[in-house]
Amino acid sequence: MLGYIIRRILAVIPVMTIVAVFVFLLLRLTPGDPAAIIAGDMATPAQLERIRTSLGLSDPLHEQFITWVGLLLQGELGTSLISNTPVTQMIGQRIWPTVNIAVLTIILSILIAVPMGVLAAWRHRTWVDYVVMAFSVLGFSIPVFVIGYLFIQTFSIELRWLPVQGYIAPSEDFSKFLSRAILPCLTLATIYVALIARMTRASMLEVLGEDYIRTARAKGVKETVVLFRHALRNAAVPIMTIIGTGFALLIGGVVVTESVFNIPGIGRLTVDAILARDYPVIQGMILLTSGLYVFINLVIDLSYTFFDPRIRY
Amino acid sequence: MLRIQERLFRGRSLGRGAALGLLAGAVLMAGSSMATIPAVAEGKTVTAVMHSGLRVLDPIITTAHITRNHGYMIYDVLVAVDENFEPQPQMADWAISDDNLVYTFTLRDGLTFHDGNPVTAADAVASLRRWGKRDSGGQLLFDVTESLEAKDDKTLVWTLKSPFPALLEIVGKQSAVPPFIMPERVASGSADEAITDYTGSGPFVFVEEEYQPGVSVTYRKFDDYVPREEPASWMAGGKNVKVDEVKWVTMPDAQTAINALMSGEIDYLEQVQIDLLPILETSENVTVETRDELGYQTIGRMNFKYPPFDNVKVRQAAMMALSQEDVLGTLIGNPDYYTICGAIFGCGTPLADESGSETLTSGGDIEGAKKLLEEAGYDGTPVVLMQPTDVVSLTAQPVVAAQALRQAGFNVDMQPMDWQTLVTRRASQAEPSEGGWNMFFTNWMVPEINSPLISPMLNGRGDDAWFGWPKDDEIEALRAEFIAADTSEKQKEVASKIQKHTLENVLYIPLGQYASPQARSNKLTGMIPSPVPVFWNIEKAD
Repeated sequence: MLGYIIRRILAVIPVMTIVAVFVFLLLRLTPGDPAAIIAGDMATPAQLERIRTSLGLSDPLHEQFITWVGLLLQGELGTSLISNTPVTQMIGQRIWPTVNIAVLTIILSILIAVPMGVLAAWRHRTWVDYVVMAFSVLGFSIPVFVIGYLFIQTFSIELRWLPVQGYIAPSEDFSKFLSRAILPCLTLATIYVALIARMTRASMLEVLGEDYIRTARAKGVKETVVLFRHALRNAAVPIMTIIGTGFALLIGGVVVTESVFNIPGIGRLTVDAILARDYPVIQGMILLTSGLYVFINLVIDLSYTFFDPRIRY
Repeated sequence: MLRIQERLFRGRSLGRGAALGLLAGAVLMAGSSMATIPAVAEGKTVTAVMHSGLRVLDPIITTAHITRNHGYMIYDVLVAVDENFEPQPQMADWAISDDNLVYTFTLRDGLTFHDGNPVTAADAVASLRRWGKRDSGGQLLFDVTESLEAKDDKTLVWTLKSPFPALLEIVGKQSAVPPFIMPERVASGSADEAITDYTGSGPFVFVEEEYQPGVSVTYRKFDDYVPREEPASWMAGGKNVKVDEVKWVTMPDAQTAINALMSGEIDYLEQVQIDLLPILETSENVTVETRDELGYQTIGRMNFKYPPFDNVKVRQAAMMALSQEDVLGTLIGNPDYYTICGAIFGCGTPLADESGSETLTSGGDIEGAKKLLEEAGYDGTPVVLMQPTDVVSLTAQPVVAAQALRQAGFNVDMQPMDWQTLVTRRASQAEPSEGGWNMFFTNWMVPEINSPLISPMLNGRGDDAWFGWPKDDEIEALRAEFIAADTSEKQKEVASKIQKHTLENVLYIPLGQYASPQARSNKLTGMIPSPVPVFWNIEKAD
C-alpha cells in the first residue's frame, strides 16, 4: 500500500511537468496582451512596450519559462500581472468559498440522492421510481442559472427567507454562512442529486437481483437492513465514483453559480484571469486544479479498500 | 450498461471514497475565514456595486475608470474642474504671472497623508512629474515646462517656456488620468511600474487588509481630512464624508446586482443595463437616475495606413453610410438614454459644435455613400472590421455598421473576437490580411474627449498617434493653435475648425452619446451629479 502511494505521488511529477509546459506555451500562443489591459485605451505603443518590459513580458519565452519554473521550485506561483498580488495569496483568498460550497453541495446531494436512488430501485417500476427518474431528467436538463434564478426569486425576493447573494466564511458566522450558501448549494445539488440518484438506482437494481440478497430475505432479515447494509454497500463502488468525480468538478470551479450568487470562488478567479490574460494566475490555477484532480483521484482509489476489502494495492 | 459504466470508471482510476475528502473539507471549512464578501450594508456603511472589479491600484499607470474612481476615493488633487467646466482650487490656490509663464501654487492648510505626515510641495512636484510621463495632456504640458520646483513646503512653482493657457484645465481634468498627489517616496518611482504603497491624502483610507482584487475593496473615512468649505460640485468643492465606510463589491451578474439592490443587501449600483430597468422601476425602495448627464460617446475608428481607408473619399463614404439613430437604437434601445450628437467634443460641453455631421445625425445616406465610393474608385478591398463579443456596450456597433457599409457597397469582413484580442490586434500595424485591421469601435466618457488637448483621436502624428495612426499636419497645427488660444472665445473658434477638419477627413466617426443610469437605495441621499461616482456628501438613513 505504502509503495503504491509513493509510486502514485511520484507519477504526479511528470504529469504536472507536462501540464506546466503545455499551459505556459498555450497561453503565450493565445492573442492578448496584459500590458494593454493595465495601460488602458490611451497608451501609446512606447508606453505599452515599457510596461511589457517592466512585467518581464519582453524577455524571450525560454527565459520567462525558466523564471517561472524557478519560482515553482521554491513553492511560489508568481505575482499577478494585473493586480500585483502574489498568486498564492489570491488563490488562498478564493479557494475556501469554492471548497466550502463544494463540500456542502456534495453532502446535500448524498443525503438527498442516495435514499432517492435506493427507494426508486426498491420500488422499481412503480410511481415512486417514475417520480425519481422524472426528477433526474429535470435536474439534468434545466440549466443551472435558471434554477439559481428561480430559487432567488422564490426564497429571496418573494418569501424573503434568504439573502440574494454574498458569501461569509463559516468561521466568521456559521449561521450567516449557511443562509448564504444554502441556495447556491441547492442549485448545484440539483444536478448532482439527479446524477447520484440515477447511478444509485441502477447500481442497486443490479445488486438487488443477486443471490445473496434473495438469501438474506429468505433468512428473514429486515428489509431496511437488506437495502442499506447488504445491497447499498455492495452497490457503492460506482456511486462513490460518481460522487468523487462530482466533487473534483465542483472544486474545479463552478463559474455560473459563482456569478449568479456572487461567490468569490476560484471559478471566477480563473475566468477573470483568462479575460485579462493574467498569465501567472491562469498558470497557477491550472496547476492547482490539475494537482487537486490527481490528489482526489488518489484518495478515491485508496478509499476503495475501505468499501471493498478484496481490493489490494 | 451498469457493468460497462463501472468498468469504465474503474479503468480510469476514478473511484469511491469521497467521504474522506468530505470529512477533510469540513475540517478545513471550519478554519477558513477568508474571502468573505460583505453581503449586507450595516450602520453607516455604504455597499456599492461598481461597473467593474478593482484590480489595478495605481491610478497613474492605467486609464481604467474603476482605478480612477479608486484614486478619487483615497487621493486628492491640486485643482479640480467643477460642473461648469471651470478649474477650482482643491488642495492648492494659484497665482499666474503677468507674462502667463509662471504658475505659483500654494497648498492649503491641514493637508495630511493617511500615515500622518503633512502633504508638502515636494510630494506634489514628484506626483506631477510621474503623472506627466503617463498622461497625454500632462505630456503636452511638460513639453513646454521650463521647470517645476518646490519653493518651500507649501509652495510649488511651475515655470513654462511658452504660455499654456489650458494648464489649469489639464491639471484639473478628471479623466482619464488625473494628477493625484501621492507621497514623494511613492511618486518618485517609475511611471511604468505600479505603485505598492497606497498612502493618499484623500477623504477615504484604503483598507489594504480587506482588499481582494476583482472582488471587494473597503474604504474607511479619513478622520483627519479637512474638506474645503465650498459646496461640492463635480470633483471640486468640499468633500464632506458622512458615512464611516464604503465597500465596493463586484457582481459579475447584472440580474444578481439588481436583486441585491431590491432586497436591500446593497445600497448602490453604478450602472444598470437598460433592458433590466423595468424590473427596478417596480421597486418602491429604489431610485433610478442619471448621475452623469454627459455620459459616453461611442465612436468608430479606421486604419489610415492601409486601403481602403487610406483614401479620404472612401472614409467619407463609410461615414456617409452610417446612421447614429441606427447604432444607438440597437445599442441602447430606450431613446431616454441616448442623444443624437455630431459634436466630436460631445454635446453639452463648452466646445460642442455639430458642423459636418449632417448625414450621421439624419439617418445616413446610403445612396450618397454608394456614389462617393464609386468616385473613390473602391476596388472591393475587404474591410476587416473587428467585433468584440464580450463587452455588452460594444457588441452592437460593428453589426449595425457592417450592415450599412455592405449596403453602400463595401466588402466587409467582420471578425468576432474577445476584447483582449481586439486591444492587442488594434496595436498591430500589419496589413489587415496579415493580422492587422481596418476598423473598430470603442466608447469614451465625454470628459475624456471634450477638448483637443486630451482627445486621443485628434493626434495626427502618424505612427506616434493613437491606433489608426493618421498623419495629419493640419490637425497638429490646429491643436497648436488651440493651445495658444488665450480666451474661451478663441478656443471655441479653433475647436469649430477642428470639428470641421475632423469630419471632413474622417479622423474618426462620432456615433452619438448615451447615458448610463445608476440605481440607489432610497436610504442614500446627497449623491452629487458627476461623471465620476463619488461617495462624499452622501448620507445614509438608518
